[in-house]
Amino acid sequence: MSFRLSYRADPGNPWFSWQYVRDNSDTIVAALRDHVSLTARAVLIAALVALPLAMVAHRFRPLAGPILAFTGVLYTIPSLALFAFLAPYLGIGAVTVLSVVVLYALLVIVRNAVAGLSQVPPEVREAAEGMGYGRWGRLLRIELPLALPGILTGLRLATVSTVALVTVGVVVGRGGLGQLIFAGFQNNFYKAQIMTGTLLCVLLALVLDLILAGIGRAVTPWLRGAR
Amino acid sequence: MSNPVGQAVLWLNDPLNWTIPGGVLDRLGEHLSISAAAVLLGCLVAWPVGLWLGHTGRGGGLVVLVSNVTLAVPTLALLTILPLTFLGFGRPSVVVALAVFAVPPLLANAYTGVRQADPEARDAARGMGLSGGQVLRRVELPLAVPYLAAGFRTATVQVVATAALASFVNGGGLGQIIRAGFGLDIAAGGGQIIAGGLLVAGLAVLAELVLALVERVLTPRPLRPARRRANRRAADAVAGT
Repeated sequence: MSFRLSYRADPGNPWFSWQYVRDNSDTIVAALRDHVSLTARAVLIAALVALPLAMVAHRFRPLAGPILAFTGVLYTIPSLALFAFLAPYLGIGAVTVLSVVVLYALLVIVRNAVAGLSQVPPEVREAAEGMGYGRWGRLLRIELPLALPGILTGLRLATVSTVALVTVGVVVGRGGLGQLIFAGFQNNFYKAQIMTGTLLCVLLALVLDLILAGIGRAVTPWLRGAR
Repeated sequence: MSNPVGQAVLWLNDPLNWTIPGGVLDRLGEHLSISAAAVLLGCLVAWPVGLWLGHTGRGGGLVVLVSNVTLAVPTLALLTILPLTFLGFGRPSVVVALAVFAVPPLLANAYTGVRQADPEARDAARGMGLSGGQVLRRVELPLAVPYLAAGFRTATVQVVATAALASFVNGGGLGQIIRAGFGLDIAAGGGQIIAGGLLVAGLAVLAELVLALVERVLTPRPLRPARRRANRRAADAVAGT
C-alpha cells in the first residue's frame, strides 16, 4: 500500500518500483552476478595470500613490524588513487578492480590473523612444545586452529567491505551493482534503479556475512559451549 | 615520454595545471573544505552521543550496529542518493554523505574512551559528591582524550580519502582530476590519472602524519602508553569483538 502512495506522490520517479525490477531483471541479475563473482574471487585470492603472510609475520617476529606497517600505509591510500595507479598499466576491466579490492581485503585479513595468532595462550604453546610438536607443526596444528576466531573476523570484515568497495570499480567500468547505481544517477537520476542497486549491495553484504558467521560456528565447535 | 609515470611527472610540472580554474589548487581547496565540514559534522553528532552512551554504559550494541551497517553501505550509493533527497545537489549532500562514514570511528572511540576510564576514579569522583554530568565532564572526558584523538585521526583520514569519490557526482575535490583523466581515454589521460592519484594519496598520507603528531601532542604524558591500546581497543569495538 505504501508503495502505491509513494508512487502517487512522485509519479515519475519513485524511490522503489517493482515495475522497474520486473522490466530490468536481466540487467539486475547480471550486475548482481558480476558483483558476487568479483567479491568471491577477491576474498578468496586475498585469503590465500594473507594467511601465509600472517603465518610468516607470526613465525618470524622481526618481519611482523614491516608487514603490518606496509598494510597500514596501504590502508591510508584512497581506493580511487589505487585505481588511478593501476588502471594505466592493467587497463580497463575486471583485473584492475580485482587487484585493488584484493589489496584492501588482504590487509584486513592479515591484521586480524596476526592478532588471532598472537592471542594463543602461552601455556598452550608450551604444552604443544612439550608434546613434541616442531615449530611449524605447532603453528599449523595448534596455533592456526586456535586463531580461527580472529581469522574469521578478518574474513567477515574483508567480505563486507569488499562488497561496498567493488562499487568504486565503476571508474573502470566493472563495478557490479555500482554500475547499476551509477547508471541510475546518470540516466535522469532514476531513483528506483539507484535504490535497487543499493539495497542489493547491503543485502549481499548481510547474506555473505551471515554465511561466513555460520561457517565460523561450524568450524569452531569448542566456542559454542562457552557462550 | 610514453610511460604513464613520466607523463604524470610532466603533468604535475606544468604550472598551468595547478593555477587554471578547476586546476589542482582549486580542487585542493574544495577537497579540504568538504573534508573539514564533513569531519566537523561527524564530530558534532558522534561525540555527544558516544560520550553519553559510554557514560550511561548502555548502547554498546548500538555502536557496533552503526559501525557494521555503515561498513556495508557503499559510499557511491550515499553520494548518489542524498542529492535526490531534500538536501539537493551540491556541497551539502556530499558533506553529509562523507560525515556518515566519519561517524563510526568517532562514535566507537568516544564510547570506548569513556568506558575504559578507571572505575575507581569514577567511584572516587562520585564519593566526592560530583553529579553524573560533572563526572562525565571532569573525570571521564579528560581520560577519554587519547581515544577521542585516535578516533578523530581515523575519521579524518578516512574522510579525506573518501572525498575523492565525490567526483562521481561532480562534487569537486581532487578526485575530479582523476575522473577527468579517465574521461580523456586511458592512453591520453594516463599521466593525468596517475598525477591525480598521487595528489589524493599524498594528501591522505599527509593528513595521517599530521594527525598522528596532533594526537601525540594532545595526549597528556601519563596517558601516552595508552595510545596504542586506544587504537587497538577501538578497532576491536568496530570489529565487534
